[in-house]
Amino acid sequence: MNNLIINSVEALLFGSGRPMRLSEIRNILENSGTTAELSEIKQAINDLEERYTNTSLEMQEVASGYRLQIKQDHSSSLSILWNEKSPRMSKALMETIAIIAYKQPVTRGDIEDIRGVSVNTRSIRNLLERNWIKISGYKEVPGRPALYVTTKDFLDDLNLRSLNDLPDLPELENQEGDILSQVV
Amino acid sequence: MNNNYIQSEFPIEVHNHFEVLPDDLFIPPNALEVCLESFSGPLDLLLYLIKKDNINILDLDISHITDQYLEYIELMDALKFDLAADYLVMAATLAEIKSRLMLPKESFEDEEEDPRASLIKRLQDYQRYKTVSEKLSFLPRVDRDFFIASVSLPKIEHEKNEETLFTKEELFETIKDVLTRPNFKNNHLIDYEELSTKERIQILLSLLKKTNIISFSKTLKQSEGKKGAVVTLLASLELAKEGHVELVQNNSEELFLKSLRSISIE
Repeated sequence: MNNLIINSVEALLFGSGRPMRLSEIRNILENSGTTAELSEIKQAINDLEERYTNTSLEMQEVASGYRLQIKQDHSSSLSILWNEKSPRMSKALMETIAIIAYKQPVTRGDIEDIRGVSVNTRSIRNLLERNWIKISGYKEVPGRPALYVTTKDFLDDLNLRSLNDLPDLPELENQEGDILSQVV
Repeated sequence: MNNNYIQSEFPIEVHNHFEVLPDDLFIPPNALEVCLESFSGPLDLLLYLIKKDNINILDLDISHITDQYLEYIELMDALKFDLAADYLVMAATLAEIKSRLMLPKESFEDEEEDPRASLIKRLQDYQRYKTVSEKLSFLPRVDRDFFIASVSLPKIEHEKNEETLFTKEELFETIKDVLTRPNFKNNHLIDYEELSTKERIQILLSLLKKTNIISFSKTLKQSEGKKGAVVTLLASLELAKEGHVELVQNNSEELFLKSLRSISIE
């Protein structure tokens, strides 16, 4: 494998600090005078992955492409370094994003139906500001409520490649059959 | 339902408080706010009650729930109105279910749907998303559980880098150039002469009329300073050029002006 390509790919991933698609990498390399096939770039990424085995780095594929991450083993020390306290997400917020993720596109009303509680405007705004959800359109019913879907950023932030990587939604029938018997 | 997960977000006292709370749906007024905040909604609370205490909807005491209605309404000013309303809806639903169940069925043919069924379906559906939302919250999350690696490269790309790099010799040459370059930007103010050369010539001539020879330094005035010396020198040179005077410098450093021809003031 051409070391130049491997190192160039690494440099781009390091420099960007965000996920990059194979095609984006190829185009940039081409513009800088290095011609490489997509397969070669993929190979370079595999080689880098291998190279990082005994280091603090790892290659991660997410929805928006490939990116370099620091292995989770080091998260506790980095949190101290950056004094990073990622804002705690409330249960309500997690339920809301879960419903959007699994049932998208959904309106606010759909979310409220499932949760049995009115959805706080702040929750939706919080998710929009995080860029975890976006409005994909408006439902053609009275009031034309906004339809929400999750974004690539949401998948990226959770280390996921696609919605299929989400944990399975429990089956309706078998789940909590005991509740039924208890209530009835 | 993972109660530890819920309770871990609240102080111990609240946790203890809840241990006594859920005999039924009645929530003591002073616990209402905590209750509203700790459960994500009435369905959540109901699930909790069902699991924790095997609550049976049939056993609900409607009079208690009615009392609670009134308590809620009194408290609503100070609390989250929307959320309290959601709990009211749930309490009303439960009351409705119970009252319908208690009514004697008129006939077997008039079989209506079990009033509990839709509530149970909602509970089940809610349970699914609640479970999965807990799973989601445990997924590794950027900046909480893992961090993205990046390095700051110089703003310039590598190839351009080569061009802009220079040797120390080049650096030296450049600074030399800069230092020796004439300063074209300096302002030069053209001003009227305070001391005129022409006038000085006249003064020198009149002095030379009296004595044939004078020393240069004697013609200078302290008050005129350097400028005076310059003007006087210019006047002397002008006179020498015209052949009026001879400039004589002997062994001493002193310069003398010696009159050559008879001087007439023009």
